[in-house]
Amino acid sequence: MLLALLALLVVAAVLALPLAARPVARWRRARSARRAAASPFDQPLYDPGRERRAEQRARELLRSCVNDEEWGMYRDLGFIRVEGRHARRREDGRGHAAYAYLLYPHKPIVAYVPESGQLLSEYCVEFPDLDGRGRTRLPASDDVLAKWMALTSDEGMVIRRANMHLVGRQLDPARVRRDLWRLAEWERRRQRALGRS
Amino acid sequence: MKPGHGEVLLAEGDPRVREDEERLVEEFRRQLDEGMWAAVPTTSPGTGRREAELVQHYAEIPPEAERVIFFPRASGG
Repeated sequence: MLLALLALLVVAAVLALPLAARPVARWRRARSARRAAASPFDQPLYDPGRERRAEQRARELLRSCVNDEEWGMYRDLGFIRVEGRHARRREDGRGHAAYAYLLYPHKPIVAYVPESGQLLSEYCVEFPDLDGRGRTRLPASDDVLAKWMALTSDEGMVIRRANMHLVGRQLDPARVRRDLWRLAEWERRRQRALGRS
Repeated sequence: MKPGHGEVLLAEGDPRVREDEERLVEEFRRQLDEGMWAAVPTTSPGTGRREAELVQHYAEIPPEAERVIFFPRASGG
């Protein structure tokens, strides 16, 4: 009788072994994952030069896409002007744009009237990380290039997608006016240099 | 353009070569399926002005285009 009970216990233990093994395996996996996360040697190494190299590549890409004037503007002033295409002044015969945009890296697009310098509006637009984590953003020059490509290809679409505000919500109007003055000075110097050569 | 990395070469090849073209078409579709915009930098024939052209189908890429740049879609910031 005792032998039979003992045999029954052994059989029951053998049958229950797979059921007990699953939680143990889960616990082992969780423990090894915790250890891996805690270990500094298993973390991806921080590369301090990665963003700098990305920005250098972005500058080269931007330079290869825009014209010499726009590249010089970005290199010297830190922004690019793009003329608006929906309305043009016709009285001077050359069809100068009635309005234009200033493209800053990681800042809103500013619309203004080139003739008077009047600031019209800010268009807040971004090019978010599509993997959903949202922790990374484009290098500064890529952000400017993305705005440039989007505006020069389909201005209406960009403006419709952007959040429009009066100038002053994110950008200091005084700073934008100063940038317009810097741009005018830069263009005068460039014209003089082109005239000499 | 990839956030956090900048420019990344996805695929290259001669579109006149069948195998290359298949690879380019596949990558083009994959990028658009992932929600990217595709743009081709061009020069306006009339004014000589540089601009970009958004393309939604592989067939829309101008034959003389040297590259297609994919970048995240714009959204209100």
